[in-house]
Amino acid sequence: MTNLFNIGDLVRVGDALPPGHIRTPMFLRGCKGTIIKHFGSFPNPERLAYGLNGLPKINLYQVLFEMDEAWDGKGDYADGDTITADIYETWLEAV
Amino acid sequence: MNSHTTDHEHGHDHTVFQKDITEPKEDWEFLEIAIRELLIEKNVLSAREIQDEIEAWEKKNPEKGAEIIARSWVDDDFKNRLLSDGNKAVAELGFTVESLKLVALENTDELHHMVVCTLCSCYPRTLLGVPPLWYKSREYRSRAVREPRAVLREFGTTIPDSVEIRVVDSTADCRYLVIPRRPANTEKMSEAELVKLITRDSMIGTAEALDQHGQRS
Repeated sequence: MTNLFNIGDLVRVGDALPPGHIRTPMFLRGCKGTIIKHFGSFPNPERLAYGLNGLPKINLYQVLFEMDEAWDGKGDYADGDTITADIYETWLEAV
Repeated sequence: MNSHTTDHEHGHDHTVFQKDITEPKEDWEFLEIAIRELLIEKNVLSAREIQDEIEAWEKKNPEKGAEIIARSWVDDDFKNRLLSDGNKAVAELGFTVESLKLVALENTDELHHMVVCTLCSCYPRTLLGVPPLWYKSREYRSRAVREPRAVLREFGTTIPDSVEIRVVDSTADCRYLVIPRRPANTEKMSEAELVKLITRDSMIGTAEALDQHGQRS
């Protein structure tokens, strides 16, 4: 499957609330981040969870977020602290 | 019947402080029992095989992870291979991380990684063993991403504000292994001696490696 994003691309995480086995954490939905790694492609966990084969495989990326993007200052972190999460392409859109 | 079970006054109560293991009450607990009993009844697995598997997992410990980190401290080429393809690099030492992508994260003087799985309890079990209870707790999973510095302080780990803390949420097919910073004054130590400085928590990122004397720095 073609790689949709490049390292350094700005992306936004979808903020949908579909039912099912979702591997996109709730606290990052709607947040903007930067692609820092492409891990390759993997069977879609949202289909695997229902006994399907998860094909076609989908790209998985490591996305880096500023703490403020998720918490808007309401946390215990320093300027420059970050969070990463591994997000499948179906949950990412280019900004 | 001993005297404690009689009704005399003796200045203390009999509150049970240590709770017994609770009876199953959640749906998933009944589901697990039902599936396990069916597997045994249908001769797919024996009760002994299930117990053996549980025991085998309980025997796994963080030593394998520590051996990998020690090698990366003494061999820069190995460290680079570990950082670029974790599965391939640990296979050189005879370890396998089946069907998951092993990703090593290097802690430096500018960047401190700390791993959490906010969704469940993803953890490099084949290398570190069964995760500690706190790693699976709702408290750690919810607080690590929001107040990492407070959580680290509670682990006795102080990271200067000038160092970036990067909380790595293990949400998918990757399993993360932190390479802690090598402690100072350990240049002359052997790989086997270095292994003893590498704790489980230092490979999760909630602590640093022990110092050259094997003490908390």
